Amino acid sequence: MKTCLKQALVTTVLIMLGTAPAWSADNSIIVQSTTSTANSGLYDYLLPMVRKDTGITINVVAVGTGQAIKNAQNCDGDVLLVHAKSAEQKFVGEGYGVARHDVMYNDFVFVGPPADPAGIAGGKSALAALKRIAGNKSKFMSRADNSGTHKKEMALWKQAATDPTQGSGSWYLETGSGMGATLNAAVGSGAYTMTDRATWISFKNKQDYRIQVEGDDLLFNQYGIIMVNPDKCSQVRRDAAQAFIDWVLSKKGQAAIAAYQLDGLQLFFPNAN
Amino acid sequence: MQDFSAAFGLAFSLIIGADADLIEIIALSLRVSISAVLLSGLIGFPLGALIAVTRFPGRQVAAVLLNALMGLPPVVVGLLVYMAISRAGPLGWMNLLYSPAAMIIAQTILVTPIIAALTRQVVEDMHKEYDEQFRSLCIAPHRVIAALIWDSRYSLLTVTLAGFGRAIAEVGAVIIVGGNIDHLTRVMTTAIALETSKGDLALALALGIILLILALSVNAAVYGLRSSARRLAYA
Amino acid sequence: MPASLLLPLEVDDLCYRIGPDLLLDKVSVAIENTGISVIMGPNGAGKSLFLRLIHGLLEPSAGEIRWAGRSLGPDTRRRQALVFQKPVLMRRSVAANIDFVLKPQGGRYRQRRDEVLHEAGLYRLRNQAARLLSGGEQQRLALARALATNPDVLLLDEPCASIDSAATLRIENLLRQTRERGVKIILVTHDTGQARRLADDMLFMHNGRLLEHGPAAEFFAAPSSEQARAFLDGKIVI
Repeated sequence: MKTCLKQALVTTVLIMLGTAPAWSADNSIIVQSTTSTANSGLYDYLLPMVRKDTGITINVVAVGTGQAIKNAQNCDGDVLLVHAKSAEQKFVGEGYGVARHDVMYNDFVFVGPPADPAGIAGGKSALAALKRIAGNKSKFMSRADNSGTHKKEMALWKQAATDPTQGSGSWYLETGSGMGATLNAAVGSGAYTMTDRATWISFKNKQDYRIQVEGDDLLFNQYGIIMVNPDKCSQVRRDAAQAFIDWVLSKKGQAAIAAYQLDGLQLFFPNAN
Repeated sequence: MQDFSAAFGLAFSLIIGADADLIEIIALSLRVSISAVLLSGLIGFPLGALIAVTRFPGRQVAAVLLNALMGLPPVVVGLLVYMAISRAGPLGWMNLLYSPAAMIIAQTILVTPIIAALTRQVVEDMHKEYDEQFRSLCIAPHRVIAALIWDSRYSLLTVTLAGFGRAIAEVGAVIIVGGNIDHLTRVMTTAIALETSKGDLALALALGIILLILALSVNAAVYGLRSSARRLAYA
Repeated sequence: MPASLLLPLEVDDLCYRIGPDLLLDKVSVAIENTGISVIMGPNGAGKSLFLRLIHGLLEPSAGEIRWAGRSLGPDTRRRQALVFQKPVLMRRSVAANIDFVLKPQGGRYRQRRDEVLHEAGLYRLRNQAARLLSGGEQQRLALARALATNPDVLLLDEPCASIDSAATLRIENLLRQTRERGVKIILVTHDTGQARRLADDMLFMHNGRLLEHGPAAEFFAAPSSEQARAFLDGKIVI
């Protein structure tokens, strides 16, 4: 019976030892990024190329932009790739990041049920659509999770001079969840919502939902890349992080981003300087 | 709904096809949860037994506290562990965040109260039966605890199973401290959460079915072990 | 017959009460090293209570207990063994139940275990689960485990209360062998026949009091108390 205990102990220790932390391999870095880039399959497409060209393993943590920035402020990542330009500039301005570079863009779209109770379908103005939704008190699902998409949505409401939180819980529904969960909730309850185009194209539970508003310049969605500041976070793998950023901004990396398609549609448009 | 039948078909073909990614995810799920449960046993059995047999002021409080901790929300545990092992946290120098080790730590914290609280109940019952005999034989306290744990081993197997069920099924803690990184920290539950967020409900449900089959087979194995023990009157 | 180092047992004015109930009322007695002392009496006389008190499992409400002049403690208890009415066997094999008490002594405990099992006639059952034995075998195992500790004093609480006569005979034979080795035995029973067969020294208890104490031959020939006389005649004594 004692040997049983010893075996259990030894097994446990072996299993624990077998679990090398993410940082142990010299050539691996952590990228704090957003669900839109991860869920669309972009990383699954890009990362094998990065590895082949640079020998670096990229570990992606996909969370909302707000949480990604918070995690990076805690030094829990080497590179930040998100989509909330002003928050990114603030991050760099406060010394958490080294420098911010534009990587690519796509756009946000409004999706909704075919019944279209607010009558927004076919419109070109995001602000007009929001006003109609609020005026009609049609159900609208908001991320409400401080993500890049949520920040953009809030900025649009402000420009539309409408405060949706008045209707919180009645027609304005704040999920506090990721894009996927919010889309599932919207589709399940017949609500409108705003999503980035990449997530929408790769989303598999669309049912009868369609894009109803798109093409407004206000719906522009810019992604940026930032190296976490090694002066603040000593564990940051400066060389590997820089190599990854260089690759993404390179002609080859930009071409690869442009080449990524889903269902024959381009998801991201490279625009590095 | 069409998703249901699609999910069963998909689960079946994933299993038959022995999909390499799926096997990796299942293996990591088992490795993390089994390690966590073994560690929880190493802590929880003696701790539960100690509270069961020793008389000290605050013993009732300890028992109530343990029972309450059984309901610890995984997200809270994940958050606490994240704050501790984040590079900005007090244990940041250990570089544990986003590793299977971090997931094992979080699940151990989640499961240990369950194992300790249930162990206390099992051992307390047996202690009532053995107490006079042990006192008559002047058995040293550490031997009393060891003997009670060993003699309730088959009941403790069920206790361990309760802990395993909690560990293998939780998503809140591992997704925060593991980060759901592909080929590194992705386990069954975080993969299910991911597929759900991608709107691929059939695949998510298929993974759920496989998780259920996994849990079923572990439970069946333990049930078999226990009933053979009962035939031998060891349980 | 080597004299037991723990004797005599001296008990002075021993009382035990739970709430308002006085379960043991000023029991005073001196038990010498004279083979088997049998404590007899009807149910509720306080026999088992007395046994637990002199073994140190319970705290007396009043009075004093001394073994060879020493007061109770782990030292005295360690040199005694108590066999309970309902054997408390561990959820292990027969052999492992003996090993449990032998292991702390270290050394060649396996050899000693086999001796003990042979003596109790349990050797061929050594690999069986202890809790699957018959009632008589379980009680013999409990006795074997008690003897494995080499006690100076062996205490038994109604060891044959729930087993058949063949099993009782085997236990009684074991007790006689043990007496021959010089171990002091104190046996609680309400079975007159068993008392007649085994006792060298008799104590008769009734309602928490010790009514008689003396050599067995004298007690059985002429009990001095009315209650003992009635009990021996097979009358119901309350």
